[in-house]
Amino acid sequence: MSLRNTLRAYPVMLKVGFSEAIAYRAEFFVWVLTTTMPLIMLALWSAVASEAPVGRFGQTQFTAYFLASFIVRQMTSSWSAWQMNYEVRHGIMSMRLLKPIHPLWSYAAENWAALPLRLIVAVPLGAVALAIVGPGQLPSDPLTWLAWVASMAGAWLITFLVNVSVGSLSFHIESSVKVMDVWFAVFFVLSGYLVPIELFPGPLRTLADWLPFRYQLGLPVEILTRAYDASGAWWMVARQWAFVAVTWAAAAIIWRTGVRRFEAYGG
Amino acid sequence: MISVRELHKHYRVHQRAPGLWPAFQSIFRRAYEEVRAVDGISFEVKPGERVGFLGPNGAGKTTTLKVLSGLLHPTAGEVRVGAFTPTQRQDSFLKTITLVMGQKQQLIWDLPPSETFELNRGIYGIPRPQFNETLAELSRWLELGTLVSKPTRQLSLGERMKCELAAALIHRPSVLFLDEPTIGLDVSMQATIRAFIRQYNERYGATLILTSHYMDDVAALCPRVVVIDRGKLSYDGGLEELVRHVRPEKRVVLQFERAVSEQSWEQYGKLVSAESRSVVLQVRNDQVSAVVTRALGNLPVKDLTIENAPLEEVMSELFSRSRAAAPETPA
Repeated sequence: MSLRNTLRAYPVMLKVGFSEAIAYRAEFFVWVLTTTMPLIMLALWSAVASEAPVGRFGQTQFTAYFLASFIVRQMTSSWSAWQMNYEVRHGIMSMRLLKPIHPLWSYAAENWAALPLRLIVAVPLGAVALAIVGPGQLPSDPLTWLAWVASMAGAWLITFLVNVSVGSLSFHIESSVKVMDVWFAVFFVLSGYLVPIELFPGPLRTLADWLPFRYQLGLPVEILTRAYDASGAWWMVARQWAFVAVTWAAAAIIWRTGVRRFEAYGG
Repeated sequence: MISVRELHKHYRVHQRAPGLWPAFQSIFRRAYEEVRAVDGISFEVKPGERVGFLGPNGAGKTTTLKVLSGLLHPTAGEVRVGAFTPTQRQDSFLKTITLVMGQKQQLIWDLPPSETFELNRGIYGIPRPQFNETLAELSRWLELGTLVSKPTRQLSLGERMKCELAAALIHRPSVLFLDEPTIGLDVSMQATIRAFIRQYNERYGATLILTSHYMDDVAALCPRVVVIDRGKLSYDGGLEELVRHVRPEKRVVLQFERAVSEQSWEQYGKLVSAESRSVVLQVRNDQVSAVVTRALGNLPVKDLTIENAPLEEVMSELFSRSRAAAPETPA
């Protein structure tokens, strides 16, 4: 489908996707409970910082960092890998392939359509965070804010494209969800989800710089908590978008080669 | 309209014996078998034609429909649907066709069907007036009523299939691939679906390929049948000719006014079934009129009908003949 037609179809897709997200609201709120690890880490690191600051992190900075982590995760998550894996294995992918819109656009729409529901959790928590840490902990430069918006888009794209790549692997192997489990295990360590990357030992920090995990979550959190000035933030965003390009290429290749192998199981 | 030439679709299927040791072995060495789901079939379908695609389970019918709709890439051969090559899955091609699978659904499970219709309106870029008109027409034909506003999960199988058909046809496709659309439905719902498919075909001049294990579907909808077995085409022609070719005999059903002895009717034909006051005999075509005349003269006949053998029997015989002629060989 041409981009123009896709964009024309998008409002309806988002509207129906939102209705679907509402239908699964209970499941969504249970999922939110599984993402509260940053709040646990907040309690842990605050206790550590009560003795003395850790790097640039005092109690206030840890509060800002982990509440921001929670909010960024809410707004940049994707579940397409599990969905694609299920749909390929059960032949349901056929129904998407028969429609005159690229299936990846429809997965993206379903992810975006759930965003308002996520905002119901993220916005109040953001307000609480702001009340606790004060506006002084946030960037004051509009250019840095712009970099944060770009980093949020980049973070969502990397997460979504990794999901698409892993989901598309199910065209090639019998089930790909375990690959996603491995990805998540590394993500929790190297994305800054549990520990700010600034506090990593040198070699591990370098490793995190050259892997995509940090750009899925850590970077927007770091920009939001004033780890960079505007030029530093944009430099990191540029590196993040290089990972967007790489994951985009990987997703496109795995998808295209996979669709040719699709066996559309089941009557 | 549809042209299939020397179509082959082969699958590589992993083979493993049951048990722990074969499971362990398969980690290091996986054995595969090549399955020829479709093995060199060719046929053409004209615009507006209704064709029944018949064959036993695993014959390759659904695989062929999936190739025709662009879901599967053929191993070899050439397939054209209108001006399109299905595997390219161009938008204009996808807007022309629909594939309805009796065992798969596009309706969103937890939302009312009206939401799926609306989604399809957006995706297919259907102008609102055309959408309203088509939906009203489909709702009338299928008697959808308030079904469209109930969550899909709360609909019965038959109700779901009616809504599924509406969702599949809301963009007015001109080529319909229907894969067992009446599977699992009761007799009355099957008749409703059949009547609807016929109405749609007549109203829009749509080309239709139907697979079904219910021979009533085929008899009611398809003047022409293509029979496929083990991936090979074994018959392509009129349904009537197929019946005459496979079973040249007629069934003569005699209802008697009173019970009659076996000796009195056994001379008239080969027994199919008998009850105390009725009997069904199989009679060669060229002898039907003589047999009927004699039976009416000699027996206390209350009612008499002449019919073809049931299609199920005809198909069963055709499949057993083709299997006897071509025993299974490994790919």
